[in-house]
Amino acid sequence: MQRYVVRRLLQSVLVLVVLALVVFALARVTGNPADLLVPEDATPEDRANFLRVLGLDRPMHEQLVVFLRGALHGDLGQSIRYRKPAVELFFERLPNTLTLVPLALVGALVLAIPLGVLAAVHRGTIIDRASSALAVLGIATPSFWLGIVLIYVFSIKLGWLPSARMGGPAHYVLPTISLGAFLVAGMMRLVRSSVLEVLDSEFVKLARIKGLSQTVVIWKHCLRNALIPVVTLFGVFFALLVTGAIVTETVFAWPGVGRLTYEAVIFRDYPLLQAIILLKAVIVLGVNLGVDILYAYLDPRVRYA
Amino acid sequence: MARVQQPIGFDVGAVAEVEESVERPLRGELARLPWTSFVIIVVLVLVAILAPIVAPYSPTEQSLPDKLLPPAWQEGGSAKHLLGTDPLGRDVLSRLVYGARVSLTVAACALLAGGGIGLAVGILAGYVGGRLDGFLMRVVDATLTFPTILIALLLTVSLGAGLRTIVIAITLIIWARFARVVRGEVLGVKARDFIALARVHGCSHARIMAVHILPNVTNTFMVLLTLHIGFVVIVEASLSFLGAGIPPPTPSWGQMVADGRSHIASAWWLSVVPGAAIMLVVLAFNLFGDWLRDWLDPRLRQL
Repeated sequence: MQRYVVRRLLQSVLVLVVLALVVFALARVTGNPADLLVPEDATPEDRANFLRVLGLDRPMHEQLVVFLRGALHGDLGQSIRYRKPAVELFFERLPNTLTLVPLALVGALVLAIPLGVLAAVHRGTIIDRASSALAVLGIATPSFWLGIVLIYVFSIKLGWLPSARMGGPAHYVLPTISLGAFLVAGMMRLVRSSVLEVLDSEFVKLARIKGLSQTVVIWKHCLRNALIPVVTLFGVFFALLVTGAIVTETVFAWPGVGRLTYEAVIFRDYPLLQAIILLKAVIVLGVNLGVDILYAYLDPRVRYA
Repeated sequence: MARVQQPIGFDVGAVAEVEESVERPLRGELARLPWTSFVIIVVLVLVAILAPIVAPYSPTEQSLPDKLLPPAWQEGGSAKHLLGTDPLGRDVLSRLVYGARVSLTVAACALLAGGGIGLAVGILAGYVGGRLDGFLMRVVDATLTFPTILIALLLTVSLGAGLRTIVIAITLIIWARFARVVRGEVLGVKARDFIALARVHGCSHARIMAVHILPNVTNTFMVLLTLHIGFVVIVEASLSFLGAGIPPPTPSWGQMVADGRSHIASAWWLSVVPGAAIMLVVLAFNLFGDWLRDWLDPRLRQL
């Protein structure tokens, strides 16, 4: 177990280091880093000053040392647009995203699990076909567009729900739906196929022979085992939501990290974007690592795979 | 669904049986071809190629007196602009037609690049095996767990927006998916006897990979390509929506949705129409890809 944890930890750190090198290299390989890291309206003296402070006038290997040392101390540079440390901006906005993402994840699970089980149990019937049609449709719908359509229908035409910014519980409804929707399709298919597999196994047959009711067999014996792949992919779902939040928060003017990412792209704020990417990577890799370790603890087979 | 194992050993009967069940006759499959999807795809490709002929207006020509006209079937709409006009008086239908060009060009370039790299990596990793395989698959895993779209956004800011950037970005996102599946296929092919025979005959490893392995994973590769077209179209649209796609004034669907967002209360068609186009096209490609998979390579079903 210890060996597994250490190995996974080293892997994550390695990915992070490679990513930091990519971020570092991208700013420099593609031309003059000063254009990316220094505000456009800076005077020549400001510019020279900036270059010296950022260490951009020094040789490449020294720059790398400066960059990595800064990163380790939590200094990832100043946002050009906000004139504030990028890390500070990120953590100001993070809580707003962290209220949205779990809601979407729970919402998707609550919808996807029963639908997937129903589709598997009633395999080949109209229920199965309807749910798979729903999944196909869900995969084909761009989530940014879904958000806009939801706003049009529920905020503008019907006037039921607010369309933008944070606020009371009503403000969470539309962003949660539009963020969670695209997860539902994939999750439902996953639950369906794994329930089908478990339904075919020996212990389910035994449970049936024992005379247990269909309800108990499916929702207790079967579902528990069928959910294993869903739990395994928890880290992937989380990463997908973190990515999806960029689009959703943009559509709903939600003041989270996703919206901040969009602003960094639109205003070509390279220092801010590089900080966001590294910090998001830390979070995503951290969650993945946590899930994997928990999983290896629960299911020893994983450790030796 | 359990994966069908490739036969190992000299059991010719078993080989023939597997081949038979895998390669089903075309005639029976044609009956199940999703014709609606097929027609949508053909029309889309024709429209993209013939855009200058099909489009009633130039996609970038502005005409302020005609701004924000609703679609023809709505009150106030006219047959001159079937899908209405945007705030600059540009014809939405024409922009949609030219946008199809952008979507398909990006999809084609990115799939060729990303798919090609994935194919090469997959064959190399699967055939060579050992440490190289271990290393390459680690890289694949890392790429798959990481939200690669962030790197795509970073590329846009550092390289500048444009066709080249978006193709590189999408290539980065999709290559690993190809590599993983192709590698799995190669492992199966590698264990078969004709590979060992070729080796005995004195074929070099490079020749075996190119002449004996490659043709045996082509079906899988084609299916993967088709199944990913829809995905790439959505990624392209999302990047365009976020301002990281092909820069204006060239019309692209994602950017049209984004531009229409601020007019959603007064001019719903600006966002809804291009979004519906994306959905329809992705749906068509996905259904077509499902059919192609069932026909060419049913073992990939679980994808």
